[in-house]
Amino acid sequence: MFQSLMDIISLWALPAIIILILTFGLLRKVPLYEVFTTGAKEGFKVSISIIPYLVAIMVGISMFRASGIIEYFGQLLSPILSHFNVSADIIPLMIVRPLSGSAALGIFSDIAHSAGADAFTTKLAAIMVGSSETTFYVLAVYFGSVGISKLRYALLAGILADIIGIASAILVCNWLF
Amino acid sequence: MNYIFYFLIVISIISGAINGRLQEVVNSILTGAELSVKVAFSLIGIMAFWLGMMEIAKKSGLVEIIAKIIKPITKRLFNEIPENSPAVGDIAMSFTANAFGLTNAATPIGIKAMEELQKQNIDKKSASNAMCMFLAMNTAGFQLIPATVIAVLIGIGYKNPTEIIAPTLLVTSIAFISAIFIAKLLEKFWKPQNNAAQTDSDAIDGGRR
Repeated sequence: MFQSLMDIISLWALPAIIILILTFGLLRKVPLYEVFTTGAKEGFKVSISIIPYLVAIMVGISMFRASGIIEYFGQLLSPILSHFNVSADIIPLMIVRPLSGSAALGIFSDIAHSAGADAFTTKLAAIMVGSSETTFYVLAVYFGSVGISKLRYALLAGILADIIGIASAILVCNWLF
Repeated sequence: MNYIFYFLIVISIISGAINGRLQEVVNSILTGAELSVKVAFSLIGIMAFWLGMMEIAKKSGLVEIIAKIIKPITKRLFNEIPENSPAVGDIAMSFTANAFGLTNAATPIGIKAMEELQKQNIDKKSASNAMCMFLAMNTAGFQLIPATVIAVLIGIGYKNPTEIIAPTLLVTSIAFISAIFIAKLLEKFWKPQNNAAQTDSDAIDGGRR
């Protein structure tokens, strides 16, 4: 029941928003086609204008991942985290999650496959991936699109929220499973 | 951003050298650069679509209506921006898209919101308090249904994948609420935007109080 309701919501969310926007526009006598294309023109410009910012951040992240430093952090953290039933496999996921969405999903798939369907590790990894965002990517794209280079406290706030998210994922998992 | 950029790259090179993975690090420059262009190009079409939709929503007054509905919340979170600014509506739309896991729509709408916030920014090079708040809330990644994760779990034969929805929602809510508090807290302690612009912002603040 709950599951089918969730399925319906995820299936209908997007079409419902589109119907709402178009119908409301029609009722208010907005020239839909012209206004749509005027807005859409910006799409190309915005996408191209974020390239320099994306290159800066994604090259940095990709070098960081290739350098092996994440494994080093993992070794450093694993004695502490093992107290909370967090296996060493999960640590790279914790570090990669704010950096790269696709890489995090890749690591999560690996963990799920090797730990098995009903393992605590799989559940913890699933919750960690599902409950957070790729902080660095969001920062680069959003600030890049308007040409802001001084982030002030935005990054610190994002990372602190990520750390709290990870900590609460570990606590919630220990409590429930 | 200068320090992040410097440390990310220099630390990677040094640690790559220590770990004997310098070659991989050098190769990753190309991979990263290629990937960022791929990401940008893959965004063009969907970005155009949602910016077009958002333009209709704005012209028809829908964005304004949404902005009015959530005004009690946004007034507290984004006290810098005028109450009837289209930014408020865009921010609301962006969170709606995020909450339903519509990442494709969320990015273009989020960028739209950033552009509106930039119009009210006193220093165009540095992030305003409203932007920091918006970004902090965004990076916490509030989502009602973690669709991709569930897909992976189904793929490995997880018996009851929907059982992770509730705990994920709990965790993401905790992270989301803490992000708001952290941003509000840091706003108090952080140095205001740069000196030339600071007098302006003081004048505006003073006037409002």
